[in-house]
Amino acid sequence: MSLFFQTLISGLNLGSIYALIALGYTMVYGIAKMLNFAHGDVIMIGAYSVIVTVSSLGLPPVIAILIGIAFCALLGVSIEFLAYKPLRKASSLAVLITAIGVSYFLQNIAQLIFGTQQLAFPKIINLDAIKIGSVQIDGITLVTLCVTAVIMVLLTLFINFTKIGKAMRAVSEDKEAAELMGISTNRTISVTFAIGSALAMIASLFYGATYTYIKPTTGSMPGIKAFTAAVFGGIGSIPGAMLGGIMLGIIEQYSKAYISTTMSDAIVFGVLILVLLVKPTGLLGKKISEKV
Amino acid sequence: MSNNYEHKPKLVPYPSNAFVPERDLGKRPVLEVNHLGIDFGGLTAVDDFSIIVGRTEIAGLIGPNGAGKTTVFNLLTNVYHPTRGSILVDGMSTAGKSTHQVNHMGIARTFQNIRLFSNLSVLDNVKVGLHNSMKENFFAAVTHGFGYGKAEKKADKEALEFLDFFHMADMADAPAGSLPYGAQRRLEIARALATSPKIILLDEPAAGMNPSETAELMENIRRIRDNFGIAVMLIEHDMKLVMNICEGICVLDHGKVIAKGTPDEIKSNPKVVEAYLGKAKEA
Repeated sequence: MSLFFQTLISGLNLGSIYALIALGYTMVYGIAKMLNFAHGDVIMIGAYSVIVTVSSLGLPPVIAILIGIAFCALLGVSIEFLAYKPLRKASSLAVLITAIGVSYFLQNIAQLIFGTQQLAFPKIINLDAIKIGSVQIDGITLVTLCVTAVIMVLLTLFINFTKIGKAMRAVSEDKEAAELMGISTNRTISVTFAIGSALAMIASLFYGATYTYIKPTTGSMPGIKAFTAAVFGGIGSIPGAMLGGIMLGIIEQYSKAYISTTMSDAIVFGVLILVLLVKPTGLLGKKISEKV
Repeated sequence: MSNNYEHKPKLVPYPSNAFVPERDLGKRPVLEVNHLGIDFGGLTAVDDFSIIVGRTEIAGLIGPNGAGKTTVFNLLTNVYHPTRGSILVDGMSTAGKSTHQVNHMGIARTFQNIRLFSNLSVLDNVKVGLHNSMKENFFAAVTHGFGYGKAEKKADKEALEFLDFFHMADMADAPAGSLPYGAQRRLEIARALATSPKIILLDEPAAGMNPSETAELMENIRRIRDNFGIAVMLIEHDMKLVMNICEGICVLDHGKVIAKGTPDEIKSNPKVVEAYLGKAKEA
């Protein structure tokens, strides 16, 4: 029984990280109708930014995190401006290939600056583990869960009740009509990239704290998993990304604990295939009706 | 089709060869379009389109299917960028502007097939329209919560007033997609009006409406002009509506203007009868 709950906690922890990253994928897809495969690499850049600010420059963690968030938001906006904006009217395949190109570009930049060796991620969250019965919850896990929950609530409020949130929903439904109502789609897309990248940075903190080492390809696997989570939950849907991320994390940890560590990824992707067979739009995905 | 309309608008010459309603004389026209044209590849969709719309004029744009009427609307809003010609909104050129900037300059529009944000509530649709008159930005939203809440309340109130104008305030919280057809049409107009335009373009506002709904629409179009003091330009196939409320009418055929004038002038213009009204006379 202890293993069951312990696994649930670690599943929630991993799932929170996936969910935070998946939000970036799903928001960008919902609004710009593109898959930003460079999104995973923003996590890696975010993690390196903490290594530079904390380990090398010795800045206090809070400042380091704020710098990292600002840097990643700026990075996301710049990527969109330089790589994707010129392709606004191009085919989605061209944009997809470009995104993959940006992903390799970021990985190679990181390799050039930091080398191929993995670097230790500084310990910036020092919190004692708590014990509930026989289940032990690490301090970092607790922070991850709480911060993710708060972010999800804030993001939901932001999307539903602010002017920019409404603009984002309008643009995601009908870009042209939104333009004609005076909304700048370019600005809305920039804001979306900024938010998505900032969330990726926060995810990188938890990822770094859980896995403790960072290398230039660190972003790929969580990136792919988070993309899977976004599709699993229904790409374009924000609650879907949250649910998909958490469920994927839990499934992965249970597979590791009860079935097989080496097979866990296969099981995760198997579940994805099953869900998509039964519900092609994902768990909370909207039905796409073609207008004739 | 009866030819007896009580509606007999009078147009007076504006500087040279264009006409505006008498009450708009001496004021700068809201829309001045000169020799507008667009080619798609080798196809000329609209050519040499010129029109002057007075500040509070109700103008009609009519013509057979495929004449290029919606293309004109797309050109006026810079959804398509014109190959030739110029557009002045209240004296300012729209050349090189993006669509949302053209909206900020004072052009709002509705669509031939309704394009509401159907997953947003009715109120939120109008608030999206209010978007550009609300001054808060992203950082204001994050930093001063109280001021923001106040502005949101103000926006709610304003949005409700727009809904009330169309007698649909009681539907404010429903998702826009769930409204009946007629209400969706009204909401689209409310959303466009919320962007505080100087001229509103209505693309076939009466499409799919029954006679009583059309009568209500005509009344609403007049109320829009009188209450907001703005110009209305509409594309419509319902000749009764056009002849009853439009002051200046422009007839388009094969991308070219074939006639311009008051409803009476248009009705008696042989070119128009040949291209367009001929069909209606048979009925």
